[in-house]
Amino acid sequence: MKKDKKQFNAVIVGTGGQGLITMLQIISRAAMIKGLEVKTSELHGLSQRGGSVEVHARIGREIYSPLVAAGKADLILSLEQQESLNAAVFAGPETFFLINRFISPIPFQPPVSEKEIERLLRGKTKKISFVSASEICKKELGTPVTSGIFLLALASLKKILPIDFESFSRAVSEAIPKKYLELNLKTLSLAEKHASNQKKD
Amino acid sequence: MSKNNTSGPPGKRLEDETEMEKILSKKTGEIIPLLGNEAIVRGALEAGVQFVSTYPGTPASEIGNIFYKISKKAGAYFEYSVNEKVAMEAGIGASFSGLKTMVAMKHFGLNVCAEALLPFVYTGSKGPFVLFVADDPGCWSSAQSEQNSRAYSYLAHIPTLEPSDPQECKDFIKKAFEISEKFKIPVMVRTTTRVSHQRMPVKLGKFGTIKALSGKFVKDRSRFVTLPPRVMEMKEELLEKEKKIKEFAEKGQNPNVKGFKKGIIASGISYLYVLESLKELGTSLPVLKLDFFYPFCEEKVKKFISSLKEVLVAEELEPFLEKEVQRTAKEANCKLKIQGKNLLPETGELKPEDVTAAVAKLLNKKYSFNKGPEIPSPKRFPQLCPGCPYWLVFGGVKKAVDEKKVIFGGDIGCYMLGGMPPHNLQDFLSCMGSSIGITHGIKKSNLKNPQKTISFIGDSTFFHSGIPALINAVFNKSNPLIIIMDNSTTAMTGHQPNPAAPTTGQGIKIYDMVRACGVKNVKIADPANQKEFIETIRNFINKKEVSVIISKHPCKFAGKK
Repeated sequence: MKKDKKQFNAVIVGTGGQGLITMLQIISRAAMIKGLEVKTSELHGLSQRGGSVEVHARIGREIYSPLVAAGKADLILSLEQQESLNAAVFAGPETFFLINRFISPIPFQPPVSEKEIERLLRGKTKKISFVSASEICKKELGTPVTSGIFLLALASLKKILPIDFESFSRAVSEAIPKKYLELNLKTLSLAEKHASNQKKD
Repeated sequence: MSKNNTSGPPGKRLEDETEMEKILSKKTGEIIPLLGNEAIVRGALEAGVQFVSTYPGTPASEIGNIFYKISKKAGAYFEYSVNEKVAMEAGIGASFSGLKTMVAMKHFGLNVCAEALLPFVYTGSKGPFVLFVADDPGCWSSAQSEQNSRAYSYLAHIPTLEPSDPQECKDFIKKAFEISEKFKIPVMVRTTTRVSHQRMPVKLGKFGTIKALSGKFVKDRSRFVTLPPRVMEMKEELLEKEKKIKEFAEKGQNPNVKGFKKGIIASGISYLYVLESLKELGTSLPVLKLDFFYPFCEEKVKKFISSLKEVLVAEELEPFLEKEVQRTAKEANCKLKIQGKNLLPETGELKPEDVTAAVAKLLNKKYSFNKGPEIPSPKRFPQLCPGCPYWLVFGGVKKAVDEKKVIFGGDIGCYMLGGMPPHNLQDFLSCMGSSIGITHGIKKSNLKNPQKTISFIGDSTFFHSGIPALINAVFNKSNPLIIIMDNSTTAMTGHQPNPAAPTTGQGIKIYDMVRACGVKNVKIADPANQKEFIETIRNFINKKEVSVIISKHPCKFAGKK
């Protein structure tokens, strides 16, 4: 979060069952740890039958609306690559797209390729990053279920998220139920490793 | 299956014991992140609620989900009632017995319980009574209309509070109980999806003293019997009460309008968008926030608008407040320019940018942002879960009949998805239980050229309001084929128990009930046995009387919660 900016706006999109609400809970916790105001908006709807899901998180000072306004997102985190297009309405020239290189097929429609998604989103912003989060998590942890946490951790490590990694890790420990905690902490280490490898490249 | 709405398979929210403990926290002053609906529950607990009833429906479902898990620990009584009217009646009985009571539902539930609500406002409450209703502008989880439940405030004369955020959700529930206690009247707290599903850190108050079920009904016929001519006196008493509540509601500070020519009036979620807009536009204006939707705080508004030249009424859906402001301005400031629905949409939920654009117009400021190119968005429709028995039901129906020659009646539940590809088996969809009721009307209308019909209805929806429609079809002699899809749970709203559920309900036998309603052609068939299922459909669809197939196959999540 730039010093002159009082709020940080994030939109997370994906499909039902990808753990978006858990991600919001972590963001809320992290913001509270940092002494920031926070509001999130979640939809409990048909999304959970495999439809598109879109949730919002706003942190900083003087946070009133739970919804991010059109064009005002700082970060759009897309857990499924085609879903990033559904969130494009929230993007402006400064928006950072962090996109999971992962396709969940939409019945009766041909999949939209990474190249095509990048071409479309470039009309909005130049900051677009695809990460094979599901693949990495599956390979290293045996399950892609924490790929959202992986991406969120990357956003913290890359300082896209105005929450330092230490506070972020603490928030994960506080927000995640005990039986899933170990997997999530492993995910954090994996994200750290990934980020430092990227730096070396 | 259940009300159109959905909480879906349980998330990790209050599923987890530690999360639940937070709602029951005894640490006054602790700050924890809560969802609007979680804050509603906490508010009720702080008020010392003793009796809670509900029928699940999103965006209100979490209220029941949480109480179902914590009520014993909290010391309160909780029930999933069979429908909202019964939930309301149970609540009225508890209030008549002196208990602190809350009844919760989604907006459509208010239609179902309206018959019980109106006389209850006449008799008034004995134990403090709060009615919680969540509206769903934009129909995120609702398939029948974009209902603005605030209209019921006028119809029923029920005092109504509108919180904007989770902190207010908690505080207003407590306030509503106080008002109910003071004026002996049920009080409604109305939210919308963006309030109920908004999360923020909430400061907890003192956990209430929840006395066990210590109610006692004390006979008082002049109070509890709404027979005329007494009922007319009751109305007079209600109107008197209303005057006093109005005086109470008018209390509190008004924003300072000195030096301003323009101002904004808002309530609920719109208020938050207004504050956000003023910040965005880098300006300040006096904003009058109305906590009470009803009774309308005329004096507050008079005071606010008397010296202004122009006012914006920012509200979602129909312009109820705007009309009240127009009426009030006639007396207080007839030259006042009133903006509202000329700048804001009446359909769909408000978006923050809609309000910013309206506030900018009010200020004659330019507000626009580079929208950039239109980007096509891939539409992803929800699907029945893999392994859902309804795949077998719809698949079987497609094999059994010629789809073009049969009219398919839809109802409220997961099987609404039958209206979408690849199924496409839904020719009308209305309200709970209507697949049977409307089909009966169609059948009676086409006696000269009979059309074949199949009505789909889930188990919970059948109990909710399908039974009277079934009896009506038998009573008035039509011959619909009804498929009751018994999956042993109320799946769509998050797998709540229902009366037929073998483990979580009482295992009431739908077969016996259908027989008792006078249906002769009735058969239990597991759609997994496709051959038998298809044969039964083919056999029953040609019957001269009502026929019912009970498609029995559990939801894969049934009983797992």
